[in-house]
Amino acid sequence: MSSSFAIEVRNVFKSFKTVRAVRGVDLTILPGQFVALLGPNGAGKTTLVEMIEGIQKPDRGEIRILGMPWKGHQKELRQIIGLSLQETRYIEKLTAWETLRLFGSFFGLGIERVEEVLQLVGLEEKRKAFTINLSGGQRQRLALGIALINHPRILLLDEPTTGLDPNARREIWEILRDLRKSSDISMILTTHYMEEAQQLCEQIVIIDEGRILREGTLDQLLGEDPSLKNLDDLFTSLTGRWLHD
Amino acid sequence: MIDRIRNNQLGQLTLANILEKVREPGVLFWGIGFPILMAIGLGLAFTRKPEILRYVALIAADTGSYSIILKDDKLGNTTFRLEKMPWEEAMVQLKRGHVNVAVTAEDSGYRYHFDPLNPDAQLTYMKLSPVLNRISPSELQHQPAGSEGERPEYEEDLSATTGVEVDALTVTGTRYIDFLIPGMIAMGVMFSCLWGLGYGIIDTRSKKLLRRMIATPMKRSNYLVAMITVRFGMNVIEAALLFLFAWLAFGITIQGNIPALLVLFLAGNIAFSGIGIFLACHTSKTEIGNAFINVISMPMMVLSGIFFSYHNFPDWAIPIIKPLPLTMLADGIRSIFIEGAGFAQTAVLSLIMTVTGIVFFTVGLKLFKWH
Repeated sequence: MSSSFAIEVRNVFKSFKTVRAVRGVDLTILPGQFVALLGPNGAGKTTLVEMIEGIQKPDRGEIRILGMPWKGHQKELRQIIGLSLQETRYIEKLTAWETLRLFGSFFGLGIERVEEVLQLVGLEEKRKAFTINLSGGQRQRLALGIALINHPRILLLDEPTTGLDPNARREIWEILRDLRKSSDISMILTTHYMEEAQQLCEQIVIIDEGRILREGTLDQLLGEDPSLKNLDDLFTSLTGRWLHD
Repeated sequence: MIDRIRNNQLGQLTLANILEKVREPGVLFWGIGFPILMAIGLGLAFTRKPEILRYVALIAADTGSYSIILKDDKLGNTTFRLEKMPWEEAMVQLKRGHVNVAVTAEDSGYRYHFDPLNPDAQLTYMKLSPVLNRISPSELQHQPAGSEGERPEYEEDLSATTGVEVDALTVTGTRYIDFLIPGMIAMGVMFSCLWGLGYGIIDTRSKKLLRRMIATPMKRSNYLVAMITVRFGMNVIEAALLFLFAWLAFGITIQGNIPALLVLFLAGNIAFSGIGIFLACHTSKTEIGNAFINVISMPMMVLSGIFFSYHNFPDWAIPIIKPLPLTMLADGIRSIFIEGAGFAQTAVLSLIMTVTGIVFFTVGLKLFKWH
């Protein structure tokens, strides 16, 4: 059971009918580490994260979280993982408070934790607003609050700031930076924003067409070639395409 | 202990379900307001009016009208207003349904023009023709156009007709509204389960909320139990309000065994909940859900004898119609409401519907896609 890794992904493959989404990925994440999976749309980021979340099963390979595989440990793992999926829409006519209360009840948690989370994600003033009436940024903060409600040890965020304006994006970053300082939570975040990866994560994994192209700290990645100014340049030099294509 | 109850996931799921429903005005309207409005509309349209007025086209070159009034103590008075109009105009009025019989007065007698397949037109013809036989065509043709209030008319009192005794039945249970209300209660259960449960699940799946919820330690059974419980509670309220309305407005009562009715109602809910879960087991596209529900509900709505008796369909179709869940539920409720039936007559229906529901539920759950 015990393992020095928070997350271990070993030689994982996953195909859908016509798409080979993940083609042999190895990845290890240490406790307390924040890791960004950076890649364009369709790179296989979501599939990889969904396999770590236990929503998809790998065709081949092994995934362990805190040393536990999903098989036989679903109950324990669901207790310690917090996640936010892409484009989840919550019950429209439930307030932010009620939504957190509902998700809290899945973990047997009460209103004290709901209050803490509301404060943590800065939604105290929106507690009585129906989720349908929240702005995009507020909705993403609610999703983040739901991900954090169970004091997770592993946080998996799939494009948490896609579609948000720069201000709303920075608000989410602030929350995550505070979290990093105050806890030993491990996080995987998928993004196609270079800046987000740079701002939040010490470890950056560049992924494209279901494979890891490079991984390392920002300095390590850019240090390989003095002509590279940023991760966009690196991605272009690796694939001949732009990150946002 | 209290905290454990308040933080209970089944309780919170149920509460969330209730809040979601009561905060949506559309849900309340379609569930409660609409059936009552429909009962009012259909109830009034088909409840016998004491005075019947029928328009008949009298083919003529000029204009004017002539009224024939048949007085009848028991069946109510009938007035035939013969309106003079040219043939072309009469055809237009026939198509519009303003008149259903056109009459030409010839020297030799009257000629009637109507669709023999239209029972209403037949009735007009049958009631009108004996009276017209006593009025000469020339008299009718040469009536001057009367001004409003002093319309030329002919009056006959049928109450005095001897030799035949008619007893008008006004017993509760024989009116159209008595036929209609049990059917509407059954239809309400069907639509509520298919839309509220089936479509509700598909919608949750399409929002990726289902996937998000099962990534927590939420028990999957709790999710379904909460949905079904809330839906059943709403169905009870909807049916009770529709009945309350029918009792106040039309004096409808339950003649048969009430516990048998409750068992039957529960069985109907089980059947349609099972079907709702089954139709929602796989798809995450609300458009497909919409089509599924229409394919399931529309044929039953037409065939199962909700608005008119299914005995109007050909004999060979009856064995196909009778086992439909909506037919069983409507027939069962109707037999308890108006025929005074009890467990003896409805137990088999209840059992079949329960088994139907369990089978669909089990298969649906096996195929259920949570992700």
